[in-house]
Amino acid sequence: MAGRHEKDVEYVGDSRVIKRRGGPLTPPDYTEFPGKTEPFYPNFLLKEWMIAVVSLVAFLVLTMAHPSPLEAPANPNDTSYTPLPDWYFFFLYQLLKYEYTSGPYTVVGTILIPGLAFAALLLAPWLDRGPKRRPKDRPVATSLMLLALAAIVFLTWAAVDEHQKHMASQGGGSGAPTVEVSPDAPEGEKIWAKQTTCQGCHGVDLKGSGFAPSLEHVGSNLSQEQIVDIIKNGKGQMPPGQFQGSEEELQKLAEWLAQKK
Amino acid sequence: MFRRIYQWLDERLNIGPLWRDLADHEVPEHVNPAHHFSAFVYCFGGLTFFITVIQILSGMFLTMYYVPDILNAYQSVKYLQNEVAFGVIVRGMHHWGASLVIVMMFLHTLRVFFTGAYKSPREMNWVVGMLLFFVMLGLGFTGYLLPWDQKAYWATQVGVKIAGSVPLIGPYIETFLKGGDVLGAQTLARFFAIHVFFLPGVLLALMGVHFILIRRQGISGPL
Ligand code: HEM
Repeated sequence: MAGRHEKDVEYVGDSRVIKRRGGPLTPPDYTEFPGKTEPFYPNFLLKEWMIAVVSLVAFLVLTMAHPSPLEAPANPNDTSYTPLPDWYFFFLYQLLKYEYTSGPYTVVGTILIPGLAFAALLLAPWLDRGPKRRPKDRPVATSLMLLALAAIVFLTWAAVDEHQKHMASQGGGSGAPTVEVSPDAPEGEKIWAKQTTCQGCHGVDLKGSGFAPSLEHVGSNLSQEQIVDIIKNGKGQMPPGQFQGSEEELQKLAEWLAQKK
Repeated sequence: MFRRIYQWLDERLNIGPLWRDLADHEVPEHVNPAHHFSAFVYCFGGLTFFITVIQILSGMFLTMYYVPDILNAYQSVKYLQNEVAFGVIVRGMHHWGASLVIVMMFLHTLRVFFTGAYKSPREMNWVVGMLLFFVMLGLGFTGYLLPWDQKAYWATQVGVKIAGSVPLIGPYIETFLKGGDVLGAQTLARFFAIHVFFLPGVLLALMGVHFILIRRQGISGPL
């Protein structure tokens, strides 16, 4: 250290670091900002914590009101299942469904568009270098981001819409029937096997679950007409209009159920 | 009592500066919703952190029941959800929290973008943020397979196939993700490892860097 003057050296623990000329780019304290600053601890943290606790309770209520979904166990042989990623991947998934992003052009959808968008985002600080920070003083950056947002919203919506239409054309519920029915089973049983929405509550095996009653012996309480009425109009917690199929099939299903005594 | 313990430690380790740095920084007016309601946009980073903590805690509890093999994974999740006390809440928090954290992170990114906060001198933190974004999406992708239900299996099947369609490196990525030729036992085991060890490790490291940079550079000034 000989030759170096004391005032050029800053002590950090036991090591000597040469003092920097010129300060850091931003001073790490806020005394330069006008207005009412507040210490992080305890003032600001306390307020944050109070809001966090309220949100946490709201969140807990939500988790109890809407238990997380769990479908049938994975069945690698069931190729008729319509797969869907988690919702925040919808836009990427939907992007692959257009003419110039699928088939021979798949690279466009998998690499080119997302890659360009991501590279632009990653390099934003170097692409948008001016000192101005207000959105309207950066028209290019702002409009590109708004465009990207619009595209994400649209693609997400399109994915949901397409999926719903597809499901409707498949005869409702998500996925293929989870029960195997023998070809000589009664007509009603075959129809039941397709009603994944009904099965969601009453169980594939009619055993019921939670608030939904077992249907194993419905026939002893209800007639075919009454069953049809409940399927159409709902009852108590059961929503109306869940049956997927024709009126004739509905009658056959109700007939089969009415025989369950 | 606590005072004595603190003093004992402080005499030896000089711990004051460590927590003082965190505790004593000023929160400027323009980011404080108590002064300007619109400043709530500055809360999204903190909210992302808060939910990340929830994810880590609920995830730790999930692993007390979850069994990462294809014969038992589904049953273990079902058991946790239906039989274990508070199981619905633990799984629910992790499930809905996974979506919420993405939403919060997205809003945080938009706040940073539209306030031009990524500009000099904060370029590095923006890049760290983008990496965080990727790690989060990776956590979402790998976590989705773990319940091993129909939705999990088939969504991953599609995701892996899309990755495999990438020119040149695609097949390698596909084999890496699957851990073999089929989506099966190996895949579940490695998705579990990636979801529970690798990515959270990277996430914590990146978040550490993110926060150190924020403390170093301070929050960007008012617009
Ligand atoms: C795990 C995810 C993340 C966490 C927990 C997190 C947390 C935070 C927190 C607490 C702040 C302080 C200011 C605020 O809350 O708005 C902040 C600032 C910042 N974040 Fe993040 N962040 C995350 C992801 C991201 C992402 C995805 C980006 C963008 C690509 C990003 C870029 C930035 C930048 C540039 C700042 C400095 C902003 C300024 O000085 O005004 N962060 N982050």
